[in-house]
Amino acid sequence: MSALALAFRDSSTMLRRNLLHARRYPSLTLNLLLTPIMLLLLFVYIFGDAMSSGLGGGTPDRSAYIAYVVPGLLLMTIGSTVVGTAVSVSNDMTEGIIARFRTMAIHRPSVFIGHVVGSVFQAVVSVVLVGAVGVAIGFRSTDATALEWLAAFGLLVLFATALTWIAVGMGLISPNAEAASNNAMPLILLPLLSSAFTPVDSMPGWFQPVAEYQPFTPAIETLRGLLLGGEIGHNGWLAVAWCLGLAVLGYFWSTSKFNRDPK
Amino acid sequence: MTKPAIAANGLRKSYGDKTVLDGIDLAVPEGTVFSLLGPNGAGKTTAVKILSTLVTADAGELRVAGHDLATDPQAVRAAIGVTGQFSAVDGLITGEENMLLMADLHHLPKREGRRVTAELLERFDLVEAAKRPASTYSGGMKRRLDIAMTLVGAPRIIFLDEPTTGLDPRSRHNMWGIIRGLVSDGVTVFLTTQYLEEADELADRIAVLNGGKIAAEGSADELKRLIPGGHVRLRFADPVAYQAAAVALREVTRDDEALSLRIPGDGSQRELRSLLDWLDAAGVEADELTVHTPDLDDVFFALTGGTDVPHQAKEAVR
Repeated sequence: MSALALAFRDSSTMLRRNLLHARRYPSLTLNLLLTPIMLLLLFVYIFGDAMSSGLGGGTPDRSAYIAYVVPGLLLMTIGSTVVGTAVSVSNDMTEGIIARFRTMAIHRPSVFIGHVVGSVFQAVVSVVLVGAVGVAIGFRSTDATALEWLAAFGLLVLFATALTWIAVGMGLISPNAEAASNNAMPLILLPLLSSAFTPVDSMPGWFQPVAEYQPFTPAIETLRGLLLGGEIGHNGWLAVAWCLGLAVLGYFWSTSKFNRDPK
Repeated sequence: MTKPAIAANGLRKSYGDKTVLDGIDLAVPEGTVFSLLGPNGAGKTTAVKILSTLVTADAGELRVAGHDLATDPQAVRAAIGVTGQFSAVDGLITGEENMLLMADLHHLPKREGRRVTAELLERFDLVEAAKRPASTYSGGMKRRLDIAMTLVGAPRIIFLDEPTTGLDPRSRHNMWGIIRGLVSDGVTVFLTTQYLEEADELADRIAVLNGGKIAAEGSADELKRLIPGGHVRLRFADPVAYQAAAVALREVTRDDEALSLRIPGDGSQRELRSLLDWLDAAGVEADELTVHTPDLDDVFFALTGGTDVPHQAKEAVR
C-alpha cells in the first residue's frame, strides 16, 4: 500500500473511532454548544439595546445588532467546540489504547487526523445549530450569492481545522482533562477580545492591537463581509493566512509531541 | 539454533541520572517463550517498551524479527503484538468494536476482519460481552480482550508485560493456557513477570533482571542448580520452645519474629530422622515442619539480594 493510501485508510479508521465516541457520548459537544447560544441570547435580548445604541450612534436597533453579532458567534462556536477536542485528545492519551497504536505499523498522524476531521465535522454541525438559532431570532444574510455562501462555509471549515490542530497540541501537553480544558481556554476568550461583540475602533486605543492581531477578528470581518455585504479588504487574506499558519503549526506541534517517547 | 526473533546487545536506557537498563544482552530463538523476571522497578517494563518500539534506547544493537529497531521501527511494528501492563483497550467502545478497529488498522478486508473478530471473541470467551463497552469489563475480561486485540494481526512475536498481574487464580490459569496455545502455534513470546511460578510454568528460558543488569539466565532447571539445596523449616508457637531449639540446633537461620528456624538440608528421610531425633533429645516440639526444595523463589531471592525474606508459597507441608 502506498504511503498516501495508508494515511487515508488509517485516518478514516481513526475518524470512525472518533465519530463513534462522539455518537456514544454526545454530552460534551452539547455542553460546549450551550456557551455560544447563551451568549447569543444574552447579547441580543439583554444587552442588545445598549450594544446597538453604541453601534448606530445612539438609536437602539436590536435587529442591526443581531446582524452584527451572529457572524462573531458562529466563529466563537468553533472556538468552544474545539475545547472538546483538547479534552478528548488529552483523555485519549491517558488510555492504554494509544500505547497500542504506537506499537502498530500504522500511519502515526492518523491518530490525530481522525480527531481533527471528527472535530471539524462536529464544529460545522454546531455552527449550523447556532446559525439556526440566529436565524430563528431574526438573522438574515443580505443578498449573499451562492459563491459567497460557499466561501463562508469554506472559511468556517478552514478556521475549524486550524483551531482543531492547535487544540490537539493543547490536549497533548495536558496531563489530564481538566488541564486540557484550562489550556484551551484562550480559544473561548479570544473571541471576547475580538470584533465579535463590538467594533475594534470602539475599543480603547491601547487595546485595539490586541483585538486586531489575532485570528478571530479578520475571520469574523471576512464572514461579515461575505454574509452581509460590506468591505472585506485585506481581512480575507489575513484570515486565510492565520488559518493556514495555525493549522501547520498545530500539525507539526502535535506530531512532534507524539513522536517523542511517552513517559 | 534458528535465527533469534529478538536480539539485544548492550541495551542501555536511563531516565535523567537514573540508569534503568545497564547493558543488557538477550537472544530469544523463534518459537520459544522467554521470560524476564525481576522485582518491581527492575526495568522489565522499560525493556518491553524499548523492544516493542514504544520508547527509544540510549544505546545497544537491537533487532526484532530481523529488523533494526533504530532504523526500521515500522517493520518491527508490523511483526509484533504487544499487551502492556495496563490494558490497551478503548473503554468507550464495545469489545467487538475494539476488535474491528484492530482489524481495520491491520488492513484486513471487511469480511476477513469480521471473521477474525468472531473467532477470537469466541476463543477468549467474550461473545456474551461483545456488545458491551469495554470499560464495563472485569480485570480478567479486559486482559483477555487486550490479548485478543493483539492477536488480530496474527503477530509472530508477542510481548506480554506482566499479563497476569492483578488477576485472580482462575483467570491466571486461563491466561497460562492462552499463552501455551500461542506457543504451540509457533509464536515467539517475550514475557515479563514477577511471579516465579509463572516463569517456571511457561518459559523455555528465563533471565533474572536486577538493578538494570541480567543477574542470571538459563532454563528454570539451570537456574535452580545455581543455588545450594533446600532446607527444613521449623515453626514454633511457644517462644520458650523456639529458644531451646535455636540453641540446641547448630547451623540454623533464625527468624525471631515468625518463631521459625531454617535448617539447610535436602529433606531426605535420613536427614529428617536425625533432625527429629535432635529435637526429641532436646525435648522440644515444633508446631510445624516443612520441607523446602529449591525453586525459582530461592534463585530469585539469592540473585536479587533478598535471601532473608521468608517465602512460603511453594512449600509443601509434610
